[in-house]
Amino acid sequence: MTFFGLSAELLARIQFGFTISFHFIFPAMSIGTASYLAVLNALWLWKRDESYLKLFEYWKTIFAVTFGMGVVSGIVMSYQFGTNWSVFSEKAGSIIGPLMGYEVLTAFFLEAGFLGIALFGRNRVGERMHMVAVAMVAIGTLISATWITSANSWMHTPVGYSIDANGIFHPEDWWAIVFNPSFPYRMVHTVLAAFLTTAFVVGGVGAWHLLRDRTNRQAKIMFSMAMWMAALMTPVQIFVGDMHGLNTLEHQPAKIAAMEGHYETHPNGAPLILFGLPDDEAEVTRYAIEIPKLGSLILKHDPNAEIKGLKEFSREDRPPALMPFFTFRIMVALGMAMLAVGMWSLWCRWRGTLYKNRLLHRAALLMGPSGLVAVLAGWYTTEVGRQPYTIYGLMRTSDSISPLSAQSVGTSLIAFILVYFAVFGIGSVYLIKLMRRPPVMIEDHELDKGPIRTAGITPGPAQQETDGGDGHVV
Amino acid sequence: MWFDYSVIWAAIIAFAVLAYVVLDGFDLGVGILFPFFPERRDRDVMTNSIAPVWDGNETWLVLGGGGLMAVFPVAYATILPALYGPIIAMLLALIFRGVAFEFRWRTHATSRFWDRAFCLGSIVAAFTQGIAVGALVQGITVEDRAFAGGTWDWLSPFSLTTGVAVLVGYTLLGATWLNLKTSGDLQAKAHKLALWSCAAMFVLIGVISIWTPFIHEIYFERWFSWPTAFFSALVPALLLICGYALWHGLKTDKHLQPFLAALGLFLLSFTGLGISFYPYIVPGALTIQEASAPTESLTFLLVGAAVLIPTILAYTGYAYWVFRGKIDPEEGYH
Ligand code: HDD
Ligand code: HEM
Ligand code: HEM
Repeated sequence: MTFFGLSAELLARIQFGFTISFHFIFPAMSIGTASYLAVLNALWLWKRDESYLKLFEYWKTIFAVTFGMGVVSGIVMSYQFGTNWSVFSEKAGSIIGPLMGYEVLTAFFLEAGFLGIALFGRNRVGERMHMVAVAMVAIGTLISATWITSANSWMHTPVGYSIDANGIFHPEDWWAIVFNPSFPYRMVHTVLAAFLTTAFVVGGVGAWHLLRDRTNRQAKIMFSMAMWMAALMTPVQIFVGDMHGLNTLEHQPAKIAAMEGHYETHPNGAPLILFGLPDDEAEVTRYAIEIPKLGSLILKHDPNAEIKGLKEFSREDRPPALMPFFTFRIMVALGMAMLAVGMWSLWCRWRGTLYKNRLLHRAALLMGPSGLVAVLAGWYTTEVGRQPYTIYGLMRTSDSISPLSAQSVGTSLIAFILVYFAVFGIGSVYLIKLMRRPPVMIEDHELDKGPIRTAGITPGPAQQETDGGDGHVV
Repeated sequence: MWFDYSVIWAAIIAFAVLAYVVLDGFDLGVGILFPFFPERRDRDVMTNSIAPVWDGNETWLVLGGGGLMAVFPVAYATILPALYGPIIAMLLALIFRGVAFEFRWRTHATSRFWDRAFCLGSIVAAFTQGIAVGALVQGITVEDRAFAGGTWDWLSPFSLTTGVAVLVGYTLLGATWLNLKTSGDLQAKAHKLALWSCAAMFVLIGVISIWTPFIHEIYFERWFSWPTAFFSALVPALLLICGYALWHGLKTDKHLQPFLAALGLFLLSFTGLGISFYPYIVPGALTIQEASAPTESLTFLLVGAAVLIPTILAYTGYAYWVFRGKIDPEEGYH
């Protein structure tokens, strides 16, 4: 049975890819922003410079909106394993489940429990406890990233298990499972990606306000902080990405072949294909522009080393090449662009033109969303490159799905598409609106008037004296 | 051995689900009650009363679901596809409900729209959760450790009734919560609504209790054979005591007592359900033992849960304590 010609399996895949893509955009922002808020708050406590407090209040609202969207889209994910990938859950739930269970226990509750205090509790619990709460939220997001990338990495490089007669996975060695071979790379790469995403969003917002008013102190601070991150973190990210690639070559050579667009095995030195159009049917990459030997040099650090092509793998075990090929190039190109902006900012900083160079500001503004695009591109490379398996080499995607009719899945997919575009689309408009406010006295802005889900308006003992019931400390 | 790790885990999952039901129950209830409070001012107070805690409340849902996958994978893998329709509807409803907290402050032109989304999201989430419980009580077709029924199996007069019952129950929780957290006219109105929803809830508990034993002979046996019949007799008596405490608390203008009594009503209904289910996790199809994950999975997560769940309860309690007391509408941003 099909739904407008699409099978239940394909529909479930589209639904998972669609919902995880939306979900991941928000964590990519909220992981970085949570840490940024912790830094801002610590700087405020340390230096007692009101600019930091203003920046904290400014980004706090943006964080709350992103976080809210992250939570609701995440709850969908945790139920989708059961609704749409029930066979996968039945067989591998014994391994993936506890990892996600630990994520809930160590991370989600921590984030949620301290969120209220971090957002609205400053006057109720005092500065010190408030700082603890802000830090807890930030730590929670990082713990969450650790567990979920561990679970996901295990699906790419499964170890430490046995399989019984019914096909059920049994954990044998939890240590090996959690610290599976691709986990360290994926975890570091993903967390850095989240930091860079936030850095470029913050940098873009700072640049936008500098373009309008070069004297705004808060705008200067955020721009400067973001450019430091860009300059220092991007090289690290590129280095980690390279190591990640070497690790993938070891464990998932077919994925690398797809990313590189190689169908043929190159026994003595593979070229680096800069651009081309992989064609799985004909098994060639058309219009390839290539640099001889560079592929082997990057992947094996030896220009003459052998690199396997997709033809080494039987057709039903190959991932589709087109998607990983392009998404990988998008990610790397954006990484290089980030590096360029970071280096340029160092130069301008050295020349003392960091806050004056309008061209740099325009470039930073343009790069504002680059992190979001890069993380999605990265995940698509990783996940599509894992196909046709959900658990690499052990369990096929086609054997993972729930016994549902194509009609059911098709209908839910349409509902998800409509709701997500409407709700998260409007949410993004609100975010942009919030980012367009100049980072100054916060209560001047109409749309700030609401307590963002605060009950902090109950008069806490300290509150009445300090802010006359206004709620915002300015 | 009469009890083992899987039974401990069944108890933990049951606890997580109960925690979810009562905690998110009152904040969904606040949303359900929106139509009775058309003033923006009142609605601000209402959302403010739950704003700092709703995220933590909802996390129990993730623990219930995620925990089920970890320790009872087969149950997770059969129940969720069987209840596909209501679950997807619930997830979508929770999206509207969750973002509305933020969005209603971010706009003037469409804040009414988000208020409606908040209310409708709460209603649909409550109703679909009730349907899911009813459908589970009715049973799921399982063959060879997989769901083998049809798309609409969950839809029946019984599941619709339990849907309404949960809707009413959450309304009661929401009303008693508002009675606790607000003052003045708002509280007076919440007070009245609590009485009405309490009466309605008693009717529905009665209907469902009479109906359930006739759905499946295992329930009949469980309810009317010794020693469980003892509990079957005790639960209604305790329900009446809770009902009285609620009514009396409202009459004598107590603030906390009605809320606690409403929690008691939920606790008892939930215990009744637990008694009916045991030793099954998917009634009539899978027992707790049959559905459980390998022991290595149960023990691995149990070590963490034993330390972490008490810790979570402690800091969650602290967060509630920080935001204790009545919401004062004069204080704030207006
Ligand atoms: C690297 C980071 C990362 C990745 C890859 C994922 N998540 Fe996520 N998730 C987070 C990082 C995160 C977070 C930073 O912890 C969030 C974002 C906003 C938030 O509230 O917490 C979150 C929220 C969040 C929530 C709501 C938690 C709450 O109630 O507070 C759930 C249930 C999930 N996620 C589940 C998933 C699942 C099942 C994923 C995979 C398929 C997934 N997430 C991928
Ligand atoms: C425990 C963790 C995870 C599990 C069990 C899981 C499982 C799956 C499954 C079953 C699919 C569908 C197969 C397919 O679409 O071909 C899929 C696809 C996908 N996943 Fe994961 N995933 C996990 C984590 C993640 C994470 C953390 C991300 C990134 C944020 C992610 C991103 C994607 C994407 C983008 C796709 C779509 C690929 C495509 O449609 O081909 N996944 N994953
Ligand atoms: C420019 C140099 C970069 C290189 C060489 C690189 C390399 C890689 C490789 C090889 C993978 C696939 C891993 C696998 O086999 O599954 C990957 C995935 C990914 N990349 Fe990059 N990357 C680079 C830059 C970036 C940047 C700038 C970002 C985001 C800001 C980013 C975000 C991601 C993410 C989120 C994933 C998916 C998660 C994972 O598997 O780690 N990458 N990267």
